[in-house]
Amino acid sequence: MSENLIEIRDLSFGYGEHMVLKGINLTARRGQVIAIMGNSGCGKTTLLRLIGGALRPTTGSLMVDDVNVGKLDQEGLYKLRRRMGMLFQFGALFTDMSVYENVAFQLREHTDLSEEMIRDLVLMKLHAVGLRGAHNLMPSELSGGMARRVALARSIALDPMLIMYDEPFAGLDPISLGVTGNLIRRLTDALGVTSIVVTHDVQESLKIVDYVYFVSEGVIEAQGTADEIRASTLPFVHQFVHGEEDGPVPFHYPAQSYAADLGLKA
Amino acid sequence: MINRALNSIRNMGGRVVNSVSRLGMAARFFGLTLLHSGQSFSRFNLTLREIYSAGVLSLTIILVSGLFVGMVLGLQGYETLQTYGSEEALGILVALSLVRELGPVLAALLFASRAGSAMTAEIGLMKATEQIAAMQMMAVDPIARVVAPRFWGGVISMPLLAALFSAMGIFGGYLVGVVLIGIDAGSFWSQMQAAVSFQDDILNGVIKSLVFGVAVTVIALFEGFDAPPTAEGVSRATTRTVVTSSLAILGLDFILTAFMFHGV
Repeated sequence: MSENLIEIRDLSFGYGEHMVLKGINLTARRGQVIAIMGNSGCGKTTLLRLIGGALRPTTGSLMVDDVNVGKLDQEGLYKLRRRMGMLFQFGALFTDMSVYENVAFQLREHTDLSEEMIRDLVLMKLHAVGLRGAHNLMPSELSGGMARRVALARSIALDPMLIMYDEPFAGLDPISLGVTGNLIRRLTDALGVTSIVVTHDVQESLKIVDYVYFVSEGVIEAQGTADEIRASTLPFVHQFVHGEEDGPVPFHYPAQSYAADLGLKA
Repeated sequence: MINRALNSIRNMGGRVVNSVSRLGMAARFFGLTLLHSGQSFSRFNLTLREIYSAGVLSLTIILVSGLFVGMVLGLQGYETLQTYGSEEALGILVALSLVRELGPVLAALLFASRAGSAMTAEIGLMKATEQIAAMQMMAVDPIARVVAPRFWGGVISMPLLAALFSAMGIFGGYLVGVVLIGIDAGSFWSQMQAAVSFQDDILNGVIKSLVFGVAVTVIALFEGFDAPPTAEGVSRATTRTVVTSSLAILGLDFILTAFMFHGV
């Protein structure tokens, strides 16, 4: 068993001629929280989908727990995914099931555990995210932050080795933001899992991560620990971390000159 | 001018290729659904839940429509039959019209609008809210877990709903013919019993409703699964389910009738 849970080497991925990711190298050690940051549309969610096996690399290798994900067939992929958890951007809870049934879903699908055992496990997972008391509620009765926490409890139901988070901080109020951030760190440490967080919430994620990869236009522009990223003088990282309006990522979408558009002489 | 002509030919070609490709995808989807149907029977409670939402929840519209269709048949049939002095044959007219044609066809049309559209919208929204993707990430096959139980739920419900529609229609015909107009109840029922054949009429009606059930459910599930994950995409898919299912029911009905009742 290697020390690294995820090893990505020279990975490229594209749709036809259009390359979304170009020559990505990324490593995630076991027990770490890794953040993949970048502006919208830079390819970070695509990278997450590649790790989960929803997409296959065009070139390069992607190893998860010493298994080449790109080469797995459906059965192998499903076997690997039983040891992965994924938190979707808005939770993706099953709306026709209660909170309890959502968390119990994988236990019912993949194990032969007794109803008593399932109940204990579900309540333990819900307790870990602070929502044991909400087990009877339906997803429509939950706030955005609570739905995200239930989804987190669901993703750890089978004690995975890897949890992937797709924009876990999007659209949350400040309290839920802090709660979600702390939960990611706490669960990673308590369960000994590896966490990959795809986000563009710099301030919240820098508080909890061990290592950061910055993706821009399909390549890794910068990487380092949270302190190294905060101190970075690279123009793209500086603009991103400090939320500056203009920089390597321009404010204006490319267009012909303003004067020409208004019909004025330049 | 030439460019415009070329463009319209190109567009037409594109539409044909698109339609054929969607038909192929639907056929593959149907095959996969059958292939992954094991769980629908080994965990029959999943299918039972779908029988409830597709079948039991459609009961009101099916029973009320059946009753009114039967009553209208009774009135119209009586008007025509009394011209020839054969009012006692009203039972035959109502029963054969319902069991052979109106029962399966109208019940299927109502089923497509009530249950089919609901299936499409539900699966389309599950896709739009990433529930299907979440299921795949949890190593659970959505075809086996979501699609197949709904398919079998629909297929099992459809003949039962058609039978109830026909039964209710016959009762409606009885209400109008016997209770309201005063035709002799004995001849109403006995002529019906003598003229309606189990194999030629009732069984063929059941086969029709089974075929319609398969067609409507596959169309509804495919449209939902194939819907673009947006509000507009789901809305269009739901409309397409009702339009395509209705056309499929009417087309299939003609083909089945031609085979079943040829020379009867």
